[in-house]
Amino acid sequence: MVDLSINLAGIKSPNPFWLASAPPANTGDQVMRAFDHGWGGAVWKTLGDQIVNVTSRFGALDVGGSKVVGFNNIELITDRPLEVNLREITEVKKRYPHHAVVVSLMVETRDEWRDIIKRSEDTGCDGLELNFGCPHGMCERGMGSAVGQEPRVLEEITGWTKEFARTPVLVKLTPNITDVRVPGRAAARAKADGLSLINTIKSIIGVDLDKMVPYPVVGTKSTNGGYCGPAVKPIAMHMVAQLAQDAQVRLPISGIGGISNWRDAAEFMALGATSVQVCTAVMHYGFRIVEDMIDGLSLFLKDKGMNSAMELVGRAVPAFSEWGQLDMNHKVIAHIDELRCIGCDLCHVACRDGSHDCIHFHKEGSAALVAQEEKIRARVGAPPAARIPYVAEDECTGCNLCSLVCPVDGCITMNDVTKNKEFQSWNDRVAQYGSAKAAVENSPRMWKDKH
Amino acid sequence: MHVTTTISFQSQLPGDRPEVRFKDHHPSLTEREAVLEARRCLYCFDAPCQQACPTSIDIASFIRKISTGNTLAAARTILSANINALSCARVCPTQVLCEGACVYNHRDGSQPPIHIGRLQQFAMEAAYAKNAVASLLGDKRASTGKKIALLGAGPASLACAAELTLRGHQCVILEQRALPGGLNTNGVAPYKMKADVGLLEAEMVLGLGVELRTGVTVGKDVKPEDLLAEYDAVFLGVGLGPDGRLAVPGEELAGIIGAVELIDQVKTRGQPLFEGVAHAVVVGGGNTAIDVARELRGLGVPEVTMVYRRGPEHMSAYAHEQDGARHDGVRFLHWHVPVRFNGEGKVSSLTLARTRLEDGRLRNVPGSEADVPCELVAMAVGQGTLKDLCTAFAGVDFRDGHVVVDPDTGATGNAKVFAGGDVANGGKEVVNATAEGKRAALAMDRMLTGA
Repeated sequence: MVDLSINLAGIKSPNPFWLASAPPANTGDQVMRAFDHGWGGAVWKTLGDQIVNVTSRFGALDVGGSKVVGFNNIELITDRPLEVNLREITEVKKRYPHHAVVVSLMVETRDEWRDIIKRSEDTGCDGLELNFGCPHGMCERGMGSAVGQEPRVLEEITGWTKEFARTPVLVKLTPNITDVRVPGRAAARAKADGLSLINTIKSIIGVDLDKMVPYPVVGTKSTNGGYCGPAVKPIAMHMVAQLAQDAQVRLPISGIGGISNWRDAAEFMALGATSVQVCTAVMHYGFRIVEDMIDGLSLFLKDKGMNSAMELVGRAVPAFSEWGQLDMNHKVIAHIDELRCIGCDLCHVACRDGSHDCIHFHKEGSAALVAQEEKIRARVGAPPAARIPYVAEDECTGCNLCSLVCPVDGCITMNDVTKNKEFQSWNDRVAQYGSAKAAVENSPRMWKDKH
Repeated sequence: MHVTTTISFQSQLPGDRPEVRFKDHHPSLTEREAVLEARRCLYCFDAPCQQACPTSIDIASFIRKISTGNTLAAARTILSANINALSCARVCPTQVLCEGACVYNHRDGSQPPIHIGRLQQFAMEAAYAKNAVASLLGDKRASTGKKIALLGAGPASLACAAELTLRGHQCVILEQRALPGGLNTNGVAPYKMKADVGLLEAEMVLGLGVELRTGVTVGKDVKPEDLLAEYDAVFLGVGLGPDGRLAVPGEELAGIIGAVELIDQVKTRGQPLFEGVAHAVVVGGGNTAIDVARELRGLGVPEVTMVYRRGPEHMSAYAHEQDGARHDGVRFLHWHVPVRFNGEGKVSSLTLARTRLEDGRLRNVPGSEADVPCELVAMAVGQGTLKDLCTAFAGVDFRDGHVVVDPDTGATGNAKVFAGGDVANGGKEVVNATAEGKRAALAMDRMLTGA
């Protein structure tokens, strides 16, 4: 049996799957139902001074028939009285002592932080998460991402909280910055116990072209929302990996951003996340999605010969490097399998218009076309041979584009044709030849003049 | 003679005509269904579906426009290639044309080809519902002062007249019948398309400013030489002649009717047709024979038998049509031929002989004759030609059942006379007639404008 339990800065949970601080973690009823479904932890919807919300609050980006590929919201922190939230957190922790309950907080002054940390920890919670990420509404009042965007302020407030807190403190970072390592290092300097990221990205999710008002529409106006959902996952993973790699950070990470299934979770963990937090996928499909996440991650770990989830954490981090450290001698080129090609020719047009124009058709009456016809003769339901393109291997730059647009699994493969097995990076070449210009001059040419 | 520019011919159709009892085999897609189906399209480069379309509709482009909610622009793309797009969407044998060429046919069978016909129908129905077709076609060019007479108001003449009218020429269509549309109005199986759709499309073309004169028989009411003198060019779009006969005894009996005539009755006339018919026989093996047989079944004739002198593999009816007839309960009697019709004034039985091939020649088997009771016989053994009418235009050559035309222009042996549709191709699909009508229009335009 694979051990899915994790320990993030002393916060323990039976598995790495946590609800993010968001609408699904708004009430005790929700959090307990989530735990019953199998969620290992929850970060409670942010507590602070009570607020009021507007309607409507959410917007979604649909892509090619897929609903909610991206999502944004203009909802503020919890709108329920603090006492109610604290009472329910206490109740949840009593009933679920082995699940992780982290309380997200957002207040302004030192005194307010002291007060709310004490009251929160009195619930028996397992840790605190400082909401320095929310990029809509609260930031206009000097909180949320307004803090996350000011490393010195972040460091100072984090310092206060570490003074007052007995439980681990996680700092939740905003992606609305230039280099996430800067606030990450600020949190580390303030002795934060861990980092959570990413919070949402400032966004306009769409525009109502009839009313000429952005979504989500609030009467006659809208405002920027916080963007999340599957579409932000690549941005989030990059930031997680940057922090996981940074020598000045060295903090455990709770990964957030578009995680919807076990594979997403595994990718975040491989890039350095110890736990993963989920919101949008739950808002779309409900708590039940965790069943697939638990099963999928268990089977994956078993398949890879890992006995515990903690073994996965950070596995891919060493392979994430600067461009200058990549192997310049590595070479792949595309190959089209004539026995699978259906003749849509999307690879041809993509390569022609979007890359290096290396995918062509055999000319009518050519020996190559005759050979192609011979090759597909036995294939039932083959397209006309003249529609099956070929890759000009001496022209192919190995960019992957054709294999990405091909609608047939396994039809276009990228084959390793590395001749020089010696590892040589750009940085190595510059060192060897003395300058970037000389390094270019001594590199084999990857392109051709065709026209 | 009636002279018409715009009028509602649809209102002239009897509301109780038999065809209204048929369920539509081509139900309209909802917008949601259409968008979902459009999103399946791979948007092939140099798409095979377009290559397979006789009118070369840019199918990939119009489907992409449907997928983005740009429905009227999709209709414009379609109309720019095919003015009869509403009827073609319903009556085209897409299985052997666009949909037959779809690359999904070459994949793993996990998805059917794109339902191109239904998507086209969706776009065209939207354009007609919004009364937008004429505006999508754009402004007419300035009048050239040239006049063209078009014989027959079927798809070929309508396509030709529409193109010429948009190019500034004045068109007059001469039609023998009371209703325009040709076979689109009176010849398409009602489960594919009902007469009002054919009329709607014809009315749209007339609404561009095409004059229609109904009840005109060229050769009787107006002489070919007078047309040649009065008009700058003439288009022959007269289609085929009356239903053919077998020349066997008893063919004059009541209850024996030509297939095209029978379909016309079902579609445009308001009388009950087949009261008391227990068994109907359809003689022939083409698509028209199949249509008649399925219509008789659909109108409640308990037993319908198709009699064909050769085997199923020799029938010119499409395989999918033969399957449809079987599905509708039509029985097939291959390798039989009528030798005699029996009855007193009205047919009560027919005598069939078995046939077989002897040294490659079809012969009746001696002594194989047997009587089969029937109350109705539909003769679907091909149609005659209108050779005399066509050759009355000096220089027009008629061979192998059709007017001899230049394949690139539709030009005949008379420099002022062009031809298209069944009269020029011997009997093909509406989409072929449409392509040939436009082909001739472009050639006539070049001739008339010296371009």
